[in-house]
Amino acid sequence: MTTATDALMPYDEVLERFDPVLGLEVHVELGTATKMFCGCPTAFGAPPNTQVCPTCLGLPGSLPVVNGVAVESAVRIGLALNCTIVDWCRFARKNYFYPDIPKNFQISQYDEPIAVDGRFDIELEDGATFRVRIERAHMEEDTGKSLHVGGSTGRIHGAEYSLLDYNRAGVPLIEIVTKPITGTGARAPEVARVYVAALRDVLRGLGVSDVRMDQGSLRCDANVSLMPKGATEFGTRTETKNVNSLRSVERAVRHEMQRQAAVLAAGGTVVQETRHFDENTGFTRPGRVKETAEDYRYFPEPDLVPVAPDTEWVIGLRKALPEPPAERRRRVQTDWDLSDLELRDMVNAGALDLITATVDAGAPAAQARSWWMSYLSQEANTRGIELAELPITPVEVARVVALVAEGGLTNNLARQVVDGVLAGEGTPDEVVESRGLAVVSDDSSLVAAVDEALAAQPDVVEKVRGGKVAAAGAIVGAVMKATGGKADAKRVRELVLERCAQ
Amino acid sequence: MNTISRDEVAHLARLARLAVTEDELDTFAAQLDVILASVARVGEVAADDIPPTSHAVPLTNVFRADEVRPGLTQQQALSGAPATEDGRFKVPQILGGDE
Amino acid sequence: MNELVRSTASELAALIHSGEVSSAEVTRMHLERIAAVDPEIHAFLHVAGDAALSTAAEVDAALAAGEQPRSPLAGVPLALKDVFTTVDMPTTCGSKILDGWQPPYDATVTARLRAAGVVILGKTNMDEFAMGSSTEHSAFGPTRNPWDTRRVPGGSGGGSAASLAAFEAPLAMGTDTGGSIRQPAALTGTVGVKPTYGGVSRYGLVACASSLDQAGPCARTVLDAALLHEVLAGHDPLDSTSIDEPVPAVVDAVRRGAQGDLRGLRVGMVKEFAGDGYQPGVQGAYRAALDQLSALGAELVEVSCPHFDYALAAYYLILPSEVSSNLARFDGMRYGLRVDNGAATAEEVMAATREAGFGAEAKRRIMLGTYALSSGYYEAYYGQAQKVRTLISRDFTAAFTKADVLVSPTAPTTAFPIGEKVDDPLAMYLNDLCTIPANMAGNTAMSVPAGLAEEDGLPVGLQIMAPALGEAVMYRVAAAFEAARDAAEGGPLFRRVPGLEVPA
Ligand SMILES: [Mg+2]
Ligand SMILES: [Zn+2]
Repeated sequence: MTTATDALMPYDEVLERFDPVLGLEVHVELGTATKMFCGCPTAFGAPPNTQVCPTCLGLPGSLPVVNGVAVESAVRIGLALNCTIVDWCRFARKNYFYPDIPKNFQISQYDEPIAVDGRFDIELEDGATFRVRIERAHMEEDTGKSLHVGGSTGRIHGAEYSLLDYNRAGVPLIEIVTKPITGTGARAPEVARVYVAALRDVLRGLGVSDVRMDQGSLRCDANVSLMPKGATEFGTRTETKNVNSLRSVERAVRHEMQRQAAVLAAGGTVVQETRHFDENTGFTRPGRVKETAEDYRYFPEPDLVPVAPDTEWVIGLRKALPEPPAERRRRVQTDWDLSDLELRDMVNAGALDLITATVDAGAPAAQARSWWMSYLSQEANTRGIELAELPITPVEVARVVALVAEGGLTNNLARQVVDGVLAGEGTPDEVVESRGLAVVSDDSSLVAAVDEALAAQPDVVEKVRGGKVAAAGAIVGAVMKATGGKADAKRVRELVLERCAQ
Repeated sequence: MNTISRDEVAHLARLARLAVTEDELDTFAAQLDVILASVARVGEVAADDIPPTSHAVPLTNVFRADEVRPGLTQQQALSGAPATEDGRFKVPQILGGDE
Repeated sequence: MNELVRSTASELAALIHSGEVSSAEVTRMHLERIAAVDPEIHAFLHVAGDAALSTAAEVDAALAAGEQPRSPLAGVPLALKDVFTTVDMPTTCGSKILDGWQPPYDATVTARLRAAGVVILGKTNMDEFAMGSSTEHSAFGPTRNPWDTRRVPGGSGGGSAASLAAFEAPLAMGTDTGGSIRQPAALTGTVGVKPTYGGVSRYGLVACASSLDQAGPCARTVLDAALLHEVLAGHDPLDSTSIDEPVPAVVDAVRRGAQGDLRGLRVGMVKEFAGDGYQPGVQGAYRAALDQLSALGAELVEVSCPHFDYALAAYYLILPSEVSSNLARFDGMRYGLRVDNGAATAEEVMAATREAGFGAEAKRRIMLGTYALSSGYYEAYYGQAQKVRTLISRDFTAAFTKADVLVSPTAPTTAFPIGEKVDDPLAMYLNDLCTIPANMAGNTAMSVPAGLAEEDGLPVGLQIMAPALGEAVMYRVAAAFEAARDAAEGGPLFRRVPGLEVPA
């Protein structure tokens, strides 16, 4: 199963011979306070099995009760994707045995999803619009997390045993499934990435999820198949899981197209299977081949009663939807007086929402743009990830901007604070505290440092007193060095001149 | 209606994660056959215009407020576990499947 | 036998609340009775003597301090079916797969009993995961019928019913998925009530078939059942299928019924539940009961519920389907039994654990349900069974336009010998013929002692069925019938249980 030897067809050749068909399934973890069917908290990163109760542990006798806010979020997501909200639907049990699923069935929706038949227009990099049709959006519960112990890789294969944490079990998920996406040609990988990015922007705008691909709160499974040019029937598809970044979505689709084309060109057949994307190699590898076909034995969940969204309620939710990202883009362009190119740069960098969110959090537009488009963009590039995947939030960036404006940080210190946040050292204020980065604004300690520097360089003092004010720079530099760069240079200069004048 | 074969019983047992013995396969094949032949009567009633009933009492829209309720401590959660390690449930190796 | 253990719950409550007898004394007498007769009867899987005595002492202390009783049943002992979770006692559901499992939470029913000051004596035996009609499918051995210890007490709640008939407890808790409260009540000469689906919380009741399960009271008199009913019933936000409506005033209804006037009330005799297949003594007792109701002034009408003939078939598709899913969680990963037999993978350990942990009936139903839900068979089996369910509800609706309550024998036979049907699933399933329709439609139904069958001298039950949330009229009819029957026979049926005197 060394997939690194999978033959790949050159991309151009793939496109000459085949048309790709995509199907994208996105799972979104909702940002509700509690789980889908119980009152346990959903916060990420708690010690194992501390956010559990009889219901999400699947203990005998426990029962689920639907989280009303999760239903509301599902309806709002459906509306934002121009879906029809059904007037009656049910939950179903999807039965399969797996240790991360405590009841050995997942409560999901099957043939009666809450939202159906939507459409979602996305804007590609060159500004062209592409319409993605949405099959359905439905509610379900997340699984627990397994830690595989033993073996060399920490992966499931070769592990001696596994350890289970059910804190995530029961976290509300919305699964959004597209209809088959055709007609993309060479742009299939781009369409896939832009779709997920645009979906993420919409979800963020709705405030229903923190949409962190790196933490798994937004997860994409990419279905890919190829049709020989001129064919009308879809080919056999594969489903690639474990695609944890926007860049990976694009790479995984491209890789599957090239791999499947090579298989087909060699006279082989594509196996319908689940594959896993390897971030390191950019290849996909097959999951375990199951000895028996899955038979999930769906049936209506008897412990839950049907959901019948009230028409008036749905109309109210539709009216209260936030401005769609595309419209907002046009408005922002006017408000900030951006050229088409500037706007497209921001959009392509995935920065627009981050910048507006930073502005919403109190930062001036210019500073917000500058941070995201230069320093943080470079950082994202270096890391090979999307801007939004950086472990810093717009609120945190706004706080850094505020600290600079208050005079608590110099620009140089501000970059160090951002570095600390990116390194996982905490919030900006925590980084300032722990790294001791606050500007030394206390005059008495500055005066002491200035006096010390003056005493050390009597010749410079003489020059300054003699009218060569520019010579003061040497003293300022010495003070900055002595304070580890934490002093406000302008204030130091004032003090140097003051002391020399005495 | 179809009757059920020994192979089908073996397939069902696999789906249901029951490591049945050879003897049980024979017993269950015979018994399930009789039972299925009997319950297949449900097919006799006309069906097209009759809606199915999944719930005995016709309730809809029973929701919970999105408020945290006290759950179990880690110790309570693990109290019945056959094996644990580092605050987690310890289970035998999981083969393949979805990660 | 101590007279206290032969008293009814309402009599005991009166004695305790007036201070004539302490709850501790009442509890001690029952624990002594259990110690004396349970080795023979095997109604209990677990006796919680210390916990029971300490609850009793609390109730006594509160009463001594001048507090009002916490409920009309404060201080009265009860036997809890081992299907409700309890933090201070194991919960096994009669299965090896849960042997020794101590839940970290209390069922809502358990919590309500505790809040009412009811003294929980212990946990009672049952068919594994409530699947059976004889309590022979318990992994811990069968329960014996106090009327004849060579016979079954019915099931699945045979332990609870037998504990009442053996005077080990004046009250007990049951669950009824297809008759598991009513059929044992009939076979032991006691009273058993299946409330309206959603009337009593299922939270903490280990599920058999979720859409059919309903917890309810078991007692020796209709009044005692009503008193317990009012302690248990009511909306529970932890159960989505719980009905958010006022609890029917069943105690009042019993007091009215006991006055013995049923004039103006229409009693519907279900035509489909009579004739061939019913033991002659059952038919005889049933006819006598009908005469009794008529004498009380009720108008007897015959009603036909044609689809009840399909109820058993539909039930044995819906129940196993839900069971196959509900019992999937017992896999040896998180709690309960784990068997590895040298198996290496989680999947193999799950299969080995389930193979060793489940009994034959549980496995049979799991496989049957797995089959009925699998692709290709779903529509013909599960889908069609759900349509039958609709037809049964419609039959009830139509019948309740002609009658206020419906009646039938509770079970086709009296208690049968242990071992007679245990290897013949279809014969066993027939026990629930008359009780299943009410579970399918969700309405309320109960069994009251109708008398003894002529040929074997064993108890026969009269089933009374009422519409959803129609408990009041059902209890009223039951109380009127019970009073008239007892008066005619010179005392309640339970007074005639053969002595189980054993040397103290
Ligand atoms: Mg899903
Ligand atoms: Zn929980």
